Amino acid sequence: MKIAIASGKGGTGKTSLAVALLHANAERARLLDCDVEEPNCHLFLSHTVIGHKAVELLIPQVNPNLCKLCGKCVEACQFNAIAIAGNQVMIFNELCHSCGGCARICPHGAIQEFPVKIGELSQSRCKNEAELLTGTLEIGHASAPAVIKAAKKALPLQDVPFTLIDSPPGTACTFVAAVEDSDFVFLVTEATPFGLNDLKLAVEALLNMELPFAIIVNRIQSETNLITDYANQQGFPIWLQIPEDRHIAETYARGGNLLDVKPELKKVLRELLDRCQP
Amino acid sequence: MKIVFSTEGESLESLLDTRFGRCSRFLLWDFETKTFTLIENSQNLQAIQGAGIQSAQNVINTGAEALVTGHCGPKAFKVLQAAGIPIYVAESLPIRELIDSFEKGTLLQLKEADVEGHW
Repeated sequence: MKIAIASGKGGTGKTSLAVALLHANAERARLLDCDVEEPNCHLFLSHTVIGHKAVELLIPQVNPNLCKLCGKCVEACQFNAIAIAGNQVMIFNELCHSCGGCARICPHGAIQEFPVKIGELSQSRCKNEAELLTGTLEIGHASAPAVIKAAKKALPLQDVPFTLIDSPPGTACTFVAAVEDSDFVFLVTEATPFGLNDLKLAVEALLNMELPFAIIVNRIQSETNLITDYANQQGFPIWLQIPEDRHIAETYARGGNLLDVKPELKKVLRELLDRCQP
Repeated sequence: MKIVFSTEGESLESLLDTRFGRCSRFLLWDFETKTFTLIENSQNLQAIQGAGIQSAQNVINTGAEALVTGHCGPKAFKVLQAAGIPIYVAESLPIRELIDSFEKGTLLQLKEADVEGHW
């Protein structure tokens, strides 16, 4: 089953939780780092890279010898990426979503699509034997969801019951691409007004997508806080609260993980995955 | 000769809309007949992206030989330049006054985009 670790607000502890979950469930889970604009799970996992794979998108090119400047491609493009000016077709690649519509609609066969590399997947085996798959978007490209989708489609090193997905922050299309098709979502947040505001946005998105979720509150200073108030009021489950602890932050800054500081959490982190099963 | 103005209004007394890509409509002025026609641009007002490119396409399709607007971003500039349509910039003044300024040659012509995309 696929479990996404997401949050509305950035910096709440998605990666911390994802890495700790992988450590606690090493023999039965794999981790996909789908925060492709800034993947960082690899910093917290001793690993050996096994292979790389390019992620490509098809970008249209016009053959001026066949083009009759009829303008059908301009009309067809839902992303406003094409214009006819003077006697040439201008295609703005950075706006192209690789839908292929222009190539299909062209009555003169003047448009062909060519692959352009927009990102990379790198597959690793961690010291604890678990698999880490990292998606990275190339600098200068905007199609993060395409890299996220490719990471989610990649064949696993070995079949394991749980695939963990470290999602990008926010609630934009990257978030949607990371969490869609998941069986369960952990929403990580912090007990601050900002954390609450962005949690509400993420909850709204998940309710729309009809995805089951549980809330994890990080860096709490008190067992009751503005997130617990909100969750109780709305009837949303909170499955774990992690205390504010300088020692956790120091360990994280050195590349360690939650379990190094709180080994007793291992049992809880194993139960978290078990609880996701219907 | 015909020139086109970005505007929110529907007459020569209407003000120039200083936004190009997301202006409501264009007013096409014909110097020979001294008449104008209005061209809708509201489809680009709501565009998710590429409003400047498609507004430039809209301007090209009018057959205008020059554009008067407030500002122009890099992609729209590239399209209009490829079509050989010069871009003149002005403040938000009534179009009637700007027609005079254009005839007197006092409007500033853009040599490059003067704002970033998504301005």
